[in-house]
Amino acid sequence: MKRLKSLALGTVAAGALMAAIAPARADEVVRIAYIDPMSGPFASTGRLGEQHFRFAIDRVNASHAAGNRTFELVVMDNEVSAEKSLTLFRKAVDDGIHYITQGNGSSVAFALSDATAKNNRRDPEHAVLYLNYAAVDPALTNEKCNWWHFRFDADSDMKMKALASYIVASPNIHKVYVFNQDYSFGQSVERAAVAMIGNKRPDLQIVGTERVPLGKVTDFTPYIAKMRAAGADAVVTGAWGTDLTLLVKAAADTGFPATFFTYYLGARETVQAVGMAGKGDAQISEWHENVDAPAIDRMAAEFKAKYNENFYYWRVVDMIDTLAAAMKQADSADPLKVGRVLSGMKFQTPLGPEEIRADNHQLLQPMYVSILAPDMPHMFPGVPLGFKTIKRFDAEETRLPTTCAMKAPG
Amino acid sequence: MSQPATTLAATKSRHARQGGLKIALVFGLAIVVALIAPHLFASGFGLSLLNRMAIAIVFALSFNMLLGQGGMLDFGHAVFFGLGGFATMHLLKWVDGGLPLPVALLPLAGALGGAFVAVPAGWISTRREGTAFAMITLGIAELAVALVVMIPQWFGGEEGVSGDRSGGMPLFGFDFGAASQIYYVLAFWALIAAALMWGVTRTPLGRLANAVRDNPLRVDFLGYDPARIRFLTFILSGFFAGIAGGMQALNDEILTVSNIGSQASGAVLLMTYIGGVGTFSGPIIGAVLITLLQMALGTLTDAWQLYSGLIFVAMVLWAPGGISGIIRSHAPILRGGLGGRLLAAYLALLPAALVTLAGIIGLAELAYRLQAVRGGGKPGHLFGLAVSPTTPWQWLIPLALFLFGAALLSRLAPGARAAWQEAAAFAAGRRGR
Amino acid sequence: MQEALFVLLNGLVYGLLLFMLSSGLTLIVGMMGVLNFAHASFYMLGAYFAYTISVGLGFWPALIAAPLLVGVLGVAVERYGLRAVHRHGKLAELLFTVGLAFIIGEIVPLIWGRSAVPYRVPALLDFPAFTLGGIQYQAYRLFMMAVSVAIFAGLYAALARTRLGLVIRAALTHPDMVAMLGHDVPRVFTLVFGAGCALAGLAGVIGGNAFTTTPGMAEALGAIVFAVVIMGGLGSIPGALIASLAIGLIQTVSITLDMPLGAMLGHIGLPLDPHGALGQITIAHAAPAVPYLMLVLVLALHPRGLMGARAD
Repeated sequence: MKRLKSLALGTVAAGALMAAIAPARADEVVRIAYIDPMSGPFASTGRLGEQHFRFAIDRVNASHAAGNRTFELVVMDNEVSAEKSLTLFRKAVDDGIHYITQGNGSSVAFALSDATAKNNRRDPEHAVLYLNYAAVDPALTNEKCNWWHFRFDADSDMKMKALASYIVASPNIHKVYVFNQDYSFGQSVERAAVAMIGNKRPDLQIVGTERVPLGKVTDFTPYIAKMRAAGADAVVTGAWGTDLTLLVKAAADTGFPATFFTYYLGARETVQAVGMAGKGDAQISEWHENVDAPAIDRMAAEFKAKYNENFYYWRVVDMIDTLAAAMKQADSADPLKVGRVLSGMKFQTPLGPEEIRADNHQLLQPMYVSILAPDMPHMFPGVPLGFKTIKRFDAEETRLPTTCAMKAPG
Repeated sequence: MSQPATTLAATKSRHARQGGLKIALVFGLAIVVALIAPHLFASGFGLSLLNRMAIAIVFALSFNMLLGQGGMLDFGHAVFFGLGGFATMHLLKWVDGGLPLPVALLPLAGALGGAFVAVPAGWISTRREGTAFAMITLGIAELAVALVVMIPQWFGGEEGVSGDRSGGMPLFGFDFGAASQIYYVLAFWALIAAALMWGVTRTPLGRLANAVRDNPLRVDFLGYDPARIRFLTFILSGFFAGIAGGMQALNDEILTVSNIGSQASGAVLLMTYIGGVGTFSGPIIGAVLITLLQMALGTLTDAWQLYSGLIFVAMVLWAPGGISGIIRSHAPILRGGLGGRLLAAYLALLPAALVTLAGIIGLAELAYRLQAVRGGGKPGHLFGLAVSPTTPWQWLIPLALFLFGAALLSRLAPGARAAWQEAAAFAAGRRGR
Repeated sequence: MQEALFVLLNGLVYGLLLFMLSSGLTLIVGMMGVLNFAHASFYMLGAYFAYTISVGLGFWPALIAAPLLVGVLGVAVERYGLRAVHRHGKLAELLFTVGLAFIIGEIVPLIWGRSAVPYRVPALLDFPAFTLGGIQYQAYRLFMMAVSVAIFAGLYAALARTRLGLVIRAALTHPDMVAMLGHDVPRVFTLVFGAGCALAGLAGVIGGNAFTTTPGMAEALGAIVFAVVIMGGLGSIPGALIASLAIGLIQTVSITLDMPLGAMLGHIGLPLDPHGALGQITIAHAAPAVPYLMLVLVLALHPRGLMGARAD
């Protein structure tokens, strides 16, 4: 009977505790819920993003770029868990927030996109616009696209298109090895690489593809040995974080001379962990510190002075600026009206003209292939290397066909 | 299960009759709470929390069926939860495609999926006990995650598998799209599953599982195969974990690899242990508390993960029976009318405990805010005071509080412990007479 | 021929590395029966301590001092934490280490930041020692292998040949008898735990710069060390070595096999649709899952592990 008693007590205690949940509130400023990891292993990425958002929002508020509206960032810690993100999404909707942004983890992005679509269909009064600044799975703007989702980072296929056209145009590259982490992003990078690089030139071939589980491999030497045995002179990889660091380091330690074409070498953390081993390796990005754009240089300097951290996400500033401009043009903070302006919007940036495609809500922006080189104007702290552009692509050049069949609401 | 089982059941049935009314009362109360709760917390966030609690309760109860009842520590329990969820999700997609089934019944598919996976996993693991069992489940969990990631055709990889719960056949005019409607479905399943799991503890199998936990050798002598009992318990547990997974699928309408991974398995262990493995109600308390803690504490402070770690270690050190263990050890004392005396002893501890706590919180908050300040953030306020983590003397205050409080606590604790022991002994003695 | 030699060498390198990473855990699990989930955290602490010491004094002092520091920390944890939970049983002990790992994982980034620290291989060992099959082998790798072999020899000798080792092994099976003979059994356990943590710290000192020193490194080490220890058999140092080498070799060999599972099973007469979801997975692709498959198989067939003295 003791059990029953404690069961009853437990139920009562649970009821009392539930009273702790705060009710909803409403406000006049435009709040943007930033749903990304603030604790746990990926917290550093989430924090870096938060600093960029604060920076971008402060700029917009100071210049009244959104008319008589000011932006406010509401930080929500999702620990890169799709499940927790969905609960936070509900909380954001409760609190009357109409704009959410997220970037880390494709699984979270799919969950949020899915939740946004369902929420806006079932409860149009609390409609939410989802601004994606870094989740690059192509499906988000193709078969799983959704009118309420806008992506301000090039998807992995667009990035591969740029990388591939550089590789195909390089006569010194003959044998390409494709190496990725085994999850949907890595799989889509592999598919795109095989489709866009294989058979494009008679003396250019894919000599191998490999996928390894995320964060499970300690020693990459056997994989490097396999690449060498295949005679690879270039490695294309979407790997990031520790996996990328260990891969590049293992290549340098074993004297493997191939060039690594990466998506995510550019993070300060990764460059610092890789050290001089990264020299000559390439990345694809929408901006890097040595791109010739004085306006962004000033921003980067300002950011560094404020946060003692390298400016990294130019696209976050781009995204917030664009959102402000769209709000001003719509003369409303209503997500449906703002979304209609954003859809198909064309605008100028310090890097050139950009466009948000009306057919899948993907931003088209200039892309840069760059390599880590010594003696650059901007270099990484502790590592005398900086990125050097070896090829620039106009926004229009990154356009790919889409399978998106979304319907505008209303 | 012939002769001994029936006698066992017969002796128990007398107890069951006596307790029947009380059980009915408790479940009646649970139903009332379940019906009232959504009206108290009608916001989407509140409902979403309630839904998560319902799922966590079933999941934690199924976990404790192994750990508390059978003495089996399963490091990969989320495998059955997740795969049950995937089974439900695939069926949900067929329902979206026109299969005439009411959505509300789908967690049953999760149950079957969970049990189906538990058969091979249990066949391998339950032949061992103790550490070896735990380690095999760790291996199975790693294998399952690796497999699920390798086969995106079935499990959707990172993007997961998603469905639409409002796409199926409406039941009594409900399409279950709204959070408030799905709440009743989840609450229904949580109550049914909890009632069934309570029932299992009363069956011969449940009793035998306890016996196997305590003394497998003796069970063997009685003519039962302990491995077989562990196996059956394991499958049942997988069945109920699958129900929880199915509920999760209906609630989130999307399921990803992370739902079967080590984090989900770790979370259910945390819930169950903090609630208490020794009682049926323990996992329920743990599930409710941890779900709240995860969502609420995180919005209050950056240091919440450190706090949860400290709370967890403190529980392991000083309250291994969990919250329900604390309740249980004090219930006879309160019933014996000795609460007053004990309360005085505890109250004497309170100031010292508060001082220690303030010291720990101060140190932790300063450390986290130092990090925030380095990243260009603002230090903010603590206990109404402006905080400046870069000023050394500000660290001395919480440090002094902590050291002073801890010293005081360690001096006073033996007294309180003695008071509790005395009261407990007295209560036991009085009941004995 | 060269190919085979090459794979063998890589497997050996990886196997010895695994042994080094798991030796401290083998000691603690084997001698105390505590599944120390904080092992990887002590490994991480070793790397961070070594980084901080090497900034001021260089790598070689760090090689000695960092493991000692971690060992002292381990002694404190055993004396003031683990010993108190011991009476609550094995589960409580295990959960205590889980909580400890969690707390260390939160405190480390508070002190050293959330990004990787630039902990580098010492210049003295930062050169290619020899080249085989076009692949260079760094001198530091050889150093790691040497340390791993030294750990094995030292542990084996200490446990099998010294008086202390005799007492430790006896305390494991007959604690009361050993206590009656006048030995302080709890102190023996404290010592063992401290030594195990020091070994984890040593692995961190050596692994931290060979790989990366980040707050995530504990999590990255993951379950593989448990696979080694359990597969080797609780309490067996040679068993752990054999398990490490077996995992190292089999995993390295499977990385080189590009044959799809469907085709391979077809060869031995097992039907699996070669174009289905499962059939298309190559063995190389499944390689990182191999240790866990081996673990489950070994335990299912032989519950004591390869050379275990105990089954529980």
